[in-house]
Amino acid sequence: MNDSSRALPEPGAPTVIPRRKWRISLVWLVPLIAVLVGLSMLVQTWMTEGPVINITFRTAAGLEEGKTLVKYKDVNVGTVTTIGLNEDGSRVVATVALDKDAASLAREDSRFWVVRPRIGIDGVSGVDTLLSGAYIGVDRGQSTEPGKEYTGLESPPTVIGDTPGRSFVLHTEDLGSLDVGSPVYYRRIQVGRVASYQLGEDGKAVALRVFVNAPYDRFVTTETRFWNASGVDVSLGADGFKLQTQSIATILAGGVSFGTSSGLSGEPAAADAAYELAKDQQAALAPPDGPSQTAYLVFEQSLRGLTVGAPVQFDGMDLGKVVSIKPDYDPVKRRFQSRVGIVVFPQRLSDIMEKMPALDGTDEDRLVRMLQEMVAHGLRAQARTGNLLTGQLFIALDFIPNTPKVAFDPQHRPITLPTVSGSFDQLQERVASIVGKIDKMPLDNIARNLDASFANLNKALSQVNALVLPQATQTLRQAQQTIGAAHGMLAEDATLRQSVGQTLQEIQRAARSVRTLTDLLSRYPEAVVRGRPKHATLEAPREPPASTIETPQR
Amino acid sequence: MNKPPFASDLSVVGCHTCGLVCEHQDTPGRAVPCPRCGSPLHHRRPNGIARAWALLLTAVICYIPANVLPVMHTSLLGRGSSSTIMEGAVEFWTSGSYGIALVIFIASVAVPCAKFLILALLLATSQRRSRWATRERAKLYRMVEFVGYWSMLDVLVVAVVAALVQFQGLTDISPRIGILFFGMVVIFTMLAAMSFDPRHIWDGEINGGDA
Repeated sequence: MNDSSRALPEPGAPTVIPRRKWRISLVWLVPLIAVLVGLSMLVQTWMTEGPVINITFRTAAGLEEGKTLVKYKDVNVGTVTTIGLNEDGSRVVATVALDKDAASLAREDSRFWVVRPRIGIDGVSGVDTLLSGAYIGVDRGQSTEPGKEYTGLESPPTVIGDTPGRSFVLHTEDLGSLDVGSPVYYRRIQVGRVASYQLGEDGKAVALRVFVNAPYDRFVTTETRFWNASGVDVSLGADGFKLQTQSIATILAGGVSFGTSSGLSGEPAAADAAYELAKDQQAALAPPDGPSQTAYLVFEQSLRGLTVGAPVQFDGMDLGKVVSIKPDYDPVKRRFQSRVGIVVFPQRLSDIMEKMPALDGTDEDRLVRMLQEMVAHGLRAQARTGNLLTGQLFIALDFIPNTPKVAFDPQHRPITLPTVSGSFDQLQERVASIVGKIDKMPLDNIARNLDASFANLNKALSQVNALVLPQATQTLRQAQQTIGAAHGMLAEDATLRQSVGQTLQEIQRAARSVRTLTDLLSRYPEAVVRGRPKHATLEAPREPPASTIETPQR
Repeated sequence: MNKPPFASDLSVVGCHTCGLVCEHQDTPGRAVPCPRCGSPLHHRRPNGIARAWALLLTAVICYIPANVLPVMHTSLLGRGSSSTIMEGAVEFWTSGSYGIALVIFIASVAVPCAKFLILALLLATSQRRSRWATRERAKLYRMVEFVGYWSMLDVLVVAVVAALVQFQGLTDISPRIGILFFGMVVIFTMLAAMSFDPRHIWDGEINGGDA
């Protein structure tokens, strides 16, 4: 057909494009769309896929492949995809796929830990994980370098990276009952936590890092003192029994407290500033001691009960402490002695020293000269009993009246202060002398004389018994008879008593007649001469009826 | 053995809808309506095999995400977990529920895969006009058609469970994108099976079949 059409000049037949070809391609659009959808999902997954990191843990307790989430500020930022062991099988490696938008969490110094329910002294945390299962917590690091391999923390970090506040370093001799997470208090408000601790390079001290939350961190100033607020502070003072604690949690778990001595403010401290951790509040807030001065005391008595660290008091005020106690021998006196080393802090006496006559020279010279003066006036060291029950001794520097003068060598170093035996020892000595005197008494003679006297007394008493007693009995009997007779006379129905009563009545009547007479005479004195006037009336009371004056008849 | 004649041998066409046999009219590009019911008359479904291939391919493509992506998210007391079909089956199997595991496996893995294979086999042999095992292939086709009704089992289970188990906070089950793809797999395989004209099975016998 084509050949013929070419031969003839006819209009070319249009190429017929069958419709069914279009139909085929239209149907094939369906799988194409399916492929496109699939591809778009793949691309989307690939786009949202964040970095994959490996975290090693000591144990995989609570972790589940594909289920355990990674949370940052309680927002899901990834999932644990696989959990395996590391090469030597000592630790667990959890591979975590982080979300794309959480890629910034995977920094070099980011920290990961497993959040499990924890019951600690300061509360319960992670209760939500009891039901939902453990999850991995993240703390974003400060570094700019991305990380891939991490070592998971075994416990949640105390301080989350971006918590506002500042950390400080505390130096202490030992950790005590403090631990990571121990609270930090300011005026008994918890304001921070112990973030970490580290043994010093030489192993002689511990450096604690505490974190104080904002806004409380501004109360940490250059004048701030930190002290260990652990445990219970029991003190028995003149004002009674005192028990001081911070909180129950502190008693059990320990804590750190800080404060500033009243009157001091100071500049706000810089971050990571270093402080000393005092053992208690009193020590922390005590004024700085300044340079110390060593002195020696030689005692010629037993110092049982005196310990290193015992206070040295001047006039009842702590001036220093005992640092050493050593036995000593005095070849001249041929006696054993105790040589006690003390340190005193002259700065605690600075107010006194200022009021002393102006002294020049170094502080030490001034102190020595002052001591010389004071020794001349009777200053002596004395080991006194601080506690009668336990027999604890302390060193008291006091002015003892009427002490013999002693030599004080101001040039001798270290300073040696004169001592007197302690008050208790003096008492002992006195008691001993009394006992000695008692001992010297002729107790035997006294006893013998007493014995003889008692024998004589016994004899005299037996005589009294034999002679005097029967007579006395007789006398008493007669007396009894006499009293019985007297009783009979005085009885109510006795004749004596009745006649006395009648006599008295007669006397009464006589007295009444006399009164009438005297009345009449006083009114009418002429009656003596003329007799009773006719108009005269007797105003005197008439005699009472006879019945009332009758003597009672029985 | 005398075989029955084919429609093309007699130059007649059977209506797909009402079964009326009409005289075949060769009008390429245009469908002739059935004089009784008005349905377009054609010797075989036009482009049936190609359409079936395309739909089958779509179903296979959809089957990949249906298995890879999670189909269901279960959160029990705040502890959530998403599971794919195979994970679910394995979980039931390891926990000892062999029956449920088998049901899930058969309904979600064995049946769709069998359907893919059967449809591919039918399409390939029909395209090649193979005369191999025609009766058995027809039986396979009937099986595919029959199973098609039940293929939505998984989708229904997820839909029902997600609707029923909604105890806020305690237990919560929600469907995930995987089940959508699984549903699409079922739909596309059913469409593919519908597009396939089973009469293609015997097409190999039309030309020179008697020879």
